[in-house]
Amino acid sequence: MMEIVEVTDVDFSYGTGNTLQGINLRVAEGEFLGVVGPNGGGKTTLLKIIAGLLAPTRGQVRVFGRPAARCGRFIGYVPQFADVDLTFPITVRDVVLMGRLGFTSFLGGYREKDEKAARWAMEQVGVWDLRQKRLGNLSEGQKQRVLIARALAGEPRLLLLDEPTASVDAEAERAVVQVLRKLRKSMTIIMVSHDLQLLKDLVDRIVYVNRKLRWISEDSDTSLSSFLQLGN
Amino acid sequence: MEGFFQALSSYSFLQYALMAGVLASIASGIAGTFVVVKRISLISGGIAHCILGGMGIAYYLGFDPAQGAVVSALIAALIIGLVSLKAGQHEDTVIGALWAVGMALGIVFIARTPGYNVDLMTFLFGNILLVSPEDLRLMALLDGLILLATALLYKQFLAVAFDEEHARLRGMPVELLYLLLLMLIALTIVVLIKVVGLVLVIALLILPPAIAGRFANSLFQMMAAAVGMGMLFNAAGLVVSYHLDLPTGATIVLIAGMAYLLAPVGQRFLKKAPALAGRG
Repeated sequence: MMEIVEVTDVDFSYGTGNTLQGINLRVAEGEFLGVVGPNGGGKTTLLKIIAGLLAPTRGQVRVFGRPAARCGRFIGYVPQFADVDLTFPITVRDVVLMGRLGFTSFLGGYREKDEKAARWAMEQVGVWDLRQKRLGNLSEGQKQRVLIARALAGEPRLLLLDEPTASVDAEAERAVVQVLRKLRKSMTIIMVSHDLQLLKDLVDRIVYVNRKLRWISEDSDTSLSSFLQLGN
Repeated sequence: MEGFFQALSSYSFLQYALMAGVLASIASGIAGTFVVVKRISLISGGIAHCILGGMGIAYYLGFDPAQGAVVSALIAALIIGLVSLKAGQHEDTVIGALWAVGMALGIVFIARTPGYNVDLMTFLFGNILLVSPEDLRLMALLDGLILLATALLYKQFLAVAFDEEHARLRGMPVELLYLLLLMLIALTIVVLIKVVGLVLVIALLILPPAIAGRFANSLFQMMAAAVGMGMLFNAAGLVVSYHLDLPTGATIVLIAGMAYLLAPVGQRFLKKAPALAGRG
């Protein structure tokens, strides 16, 4: 199967010491990859490097055969909940339509095809009925699904999710998982999560990131748990 | 109240003042909304005070200070914008320094301007009652520019204000859009200087949108409500200052400030209102 994410010998530093060191990662088309690791271990940084939002200090990142920074239009990115200003006065519809930026004309409003794509995305995650509501007035799970809809509105081939079930209740988590099960059939997904059970149920492979990257053996629950508990 | 309307029909300076309030509210409602949601009131304050430097230089060199204000506003927006993009953690220090230096430059050049004395107080505190038809034309022109730019780039400005990182992922020129936004805010400050002066300009820029933000569902609603509220505060300030013989700019700001303090009460009342109606 074709490899669509190729991370080769990547180091990354925010200025003091390497946050990531010697990272090598290949993700095949259609694969669902889980990323685990301790807080501050570099999981989000790795996701942002793959999204082209951060440039590695050493090494190479290619997505769909091109440098990651030039692949934004193929990538849907769902940030961590805390990174989005939820007090901002904005409707669900306006958030999801933002996923069409880069696909529509630069000047003026959105076009009919953008409205259609946004509607499709909202229907996929079950927030179409909430489209006129203010984002800040939704439940945690609904907000998370709106951010997933924004990523889907650009019809991505690669979906990157940063802890999509963190800070949501059990019911909201079930709704998000249901959406992810549906999406995995149509796109490649890389998801950062602390929820081991969730990852084991959903993903094809799991990598552990704590400055360096290590593969987690596929069939060993003990191996996975010990990695997280010991912070190896 | 009757006395004010009689005076309004008789005195053109009051009519101009009312028109200036309307024009200022359009600019401040739109640009101020971005200032509030993007949380850049310090940057906007820096730009406002740097404008005095440009106006002082324009006076000293014999140019029209209004034109000097426009040019210096745009230059100040570019400089402060670039500083805020590059300075990182030292942003507030550098902007604070530019704020003071820009203002000091203006005071020095105005003091050294030969020929006649310029009333520094008019710049600092404004005087809406001295607005001329030329001032109104400039304000209308700047309003037109602000409206046009916002209409053309609304979705980009919204994206940059809400989530810069996502806008960057979608290929938007985030830094350029941010600088453009600051330039619109700078032009708005030029419009507002006539009404409330440099010192009070931030109040009129942020208070109406800050109140509107409590009730609005979208950025567009917030802008529209802020424009409406700005017009209301300007008109009310004009009426109250006329009857009580108070400085108009300061009265407008005090009314806006009182509305801002009362806004949480109004918000609570609005939230309870449907429940109370349901009981009946």
